[in-house]
Amino acid sequence: MTYRGPYKVRVEEKDKPRIEHPNDAVIRVTLAAICGSDLHLYHGMMPDTRIGHTFGHEFIGIVDEIGSSVEGLKVGDRVMVPFNIYCGSCWFCARGLYSNCHNVNPNATAIGGIYGYSHSTGGYDGGQAEFVRVPFADVGPMVIPEWLSDEDALLLTDAFSTGYFGAQLGDIVEGDTVVVLGAGPVGLAAARSASLMGAGRVISIDQLDYRLEKAASFAYAETRNYTHYDDIVVEMKKTTGGLGADVVIDAVGAEADGNLVQHVTSAKLKLQGGSPVALNWAIDGVRKGGTISVMGAYGPLFSAVKFGDAMNKGLTLRMNQAPVKRQWPRLLEHIRAGYLKPSDMITHRVPLEHIAEGYHMFSSKLDGCIKTVVVPGS
Amino acid sequence: MPYTADTPVPPPTAEELRARVPGWGADLDHADRPAWPKERFAPGVSGAHWEYPDEQQPREGRERSIEHLQLPPVFGTAQPLHGVSGAIRRFAYDRFSEGRAAHWLLLVAGDRVESTGAHLRSLLTLRPDNPVTETGVLSELHRHPIASRRGRVDVRHQLLDPVLVAGPWVLAGGVVWMLGRRLLRR
Repeated sequence: MTYRGPYKVRVEEKDKPRIEHPNDAVIRVTLAAICGSDLHLYHGMMPDTRIGHTFGHEFIGIVDEIGSSVEGLKVGDRVMVPFNIYCGSCWFCARGLYSNCHNVNPNATAIGGIYGYSHSTGGYDGGQAEFVRVPFADVGPMVIPEWLSDEDALLLTDAFSTGYFGAQLGDIVEGDTVVVLGAGPVGLAAARSASLMGAGRVISIDQLDYRLEKAASFAYAETRNYTHYDDIVVEMKKTTGGLGADVVIDAVGAEADGNLVQHVTSAKLKLQGGSPVALNWAIDGVRKGGTISVMGAYGPLFSAVKFGDAMNKGLTLRMNQAPVKRQWPRLLEHIRAGYLKPSDMITHRVPLEHIAEGYHMFSSKLDGCIKTVVVPGS
Repeated sequence: MPYTADTPVPPPTAEELRARVPGWGADLDHADRPAWPKERFAPGVSGAHWEYPDEQQPREGRERSIEHLQLPPVFGTAQPLHGVSGAIRRFAYDRFSEGRAAHWLLLVAGDRVESTGAHLRSLLTLRPDNPVTETGVLSELHRHPIASRRGRVDVRHQLLDPVLVAGPWVLAGGVVWMLGRRLLRR
C-alpha cells in the first residue's frame, strides 16, 4: 500500500526492497495489521509523511534474503519483527531502551526507528506490503516458535507487547485499582496485563459499547461508557470512594474524543500534537501520589496538557514507546501457560488489495472493528 | 472515604481474583516484569555483534536533524526529498531543531505541498487519484454504517472528514474560477 495524502491510500507496484546494509534482511510479509497509531499517519497528523510511503509496523513473515553479516537468521525462517528498528549497540540500546535507539533515525533524536511510520521515525517503508526491508536482522526479528500461531505472533509485534509494557509502567502492586482509558487493542492488552500484575480492580473506559464488551470478556474488566456520564472524572472518583485510581493507563493518544474542541483542534486542524483529553482525564482521575502510564501515541507538537494538576497531585508520569523484544520471553510464557490469547482481539481480516476499505472501516469504527489483519497475496 | 486512613473501597481478595482471572498475579513480583528496571546495562544481550555498526552507503545528501552530531549509520531510503516539498523539508531539518515549533510546522507544510502536487500530477497519468477507491468509503456499503454509528459522540466530528478532504480542492477551484472570470472580463 502507499499513502496518497490525508485519508487516502492505494495499492500499487513498487520495486522490491533490497539489501542496503550488511545486516539487513528482506522479509516476505505473510500477515500485517493496521494499528491505531497508523490512523494518525492516515489522517495526516504525523509530520513528514511522504507521498508513496508504505505504512505498517506490525507484521510477520518469511526471510527472503539476508545481508552478508547476518548470523542469526536464514532464508525461509518464519519470523516476527518488533515495530522498533534498533541497532542493539548504541548508548540507549546497551541499557535496554531499544525503542530509543540513536543509530537508526537521522530525522529526529527524540524518536527511534519505526517501520512505516513517516520520515520522522527514520523513513523506512513498512510491512503492509508483500516485502519489507528489515535492518539489523540479528537484533530485532525472532524466529517464531513452532507452537505459536501466526496471528498470536502478529499481535506480539506491537499491540499486545505495548499494552503489557504499559501495565508495567503503571508500577502496579497487589490490590491496586487500575483504570485503562481506551478499549482498543492496546487498552485491552493493558487491562488484561494489569491483572497479571495483581490489580485488584481493572476498569476499562471507552465510548464504544462493543469494545467495552470485549474488555469485559477478554480482560475481565469492569467497564464504563463515558458518554453515559455527565463527567467521567467524577465517576472515577465515586467508584473509588472518592480516592481516585491508583494507576491510570492512557491507551488512547492523539485522537482522543470526549471534548469536541480538543479533538477538532488536534486531529482535524493539526494545531496540537494530539488531543490531550485522555491524558487530562488521567491526571484528574488518578489519586494523589498515583501513577499515570502513557501508551497513547502523540505527535511531536505541543498539546494542552493540564500539567499544573499533575504537579500539585504529586503524580508519577511514565511513558515510552515499548521496547517490544524485551517483553517477548515473558509473554510467550504466559501464552504457553494458557493465560493469554492475543489473537482473540482480531475482528477483521482483509486482503492487501482492499486495504483502503480496511483503513476506512477501522478509522470510522464500523462493523464492530477492533483489530484488522491485512493478508498480502490473498 | 479518603478523609480517614483506610482505603475506601477495598479490593477483592487474592483468592477471589485468582479464581476469576486466569494468571492473576503471575507477575506480582517486579523481578518477573521484563520492563523493570527501565534501564539495565547489558550490552551483550541484544544480538549485536559490533561496537558500532557498519555505515550504510551512500550517505551523501541524506537530511538529518541538527540535534544529531553525525548522520546515524543506518537510515531509511524510502522516499528521498524532491521538488518544492523537498526544499521546504530540507530547510526545516537544516535550520530548526526538534525543539522549535517551526521545524514541525514546516514539515507539515511540506506534506501538504507534496500531496497537492502529487494529486495534480496524478491527473496527467494513466492512474489518477480516485477519491472513491482511495478513501475506502465503499466499505460503508457492507459494514453497517448506520448501526455502527448509533449513539456515538465522535459522529459529530466525522462529518468534518469529507470537508477536510474535499474542502481545499473546492476552495482552490473557486479561487481559480474567480480569477479566470476576472481575467476574461478584462
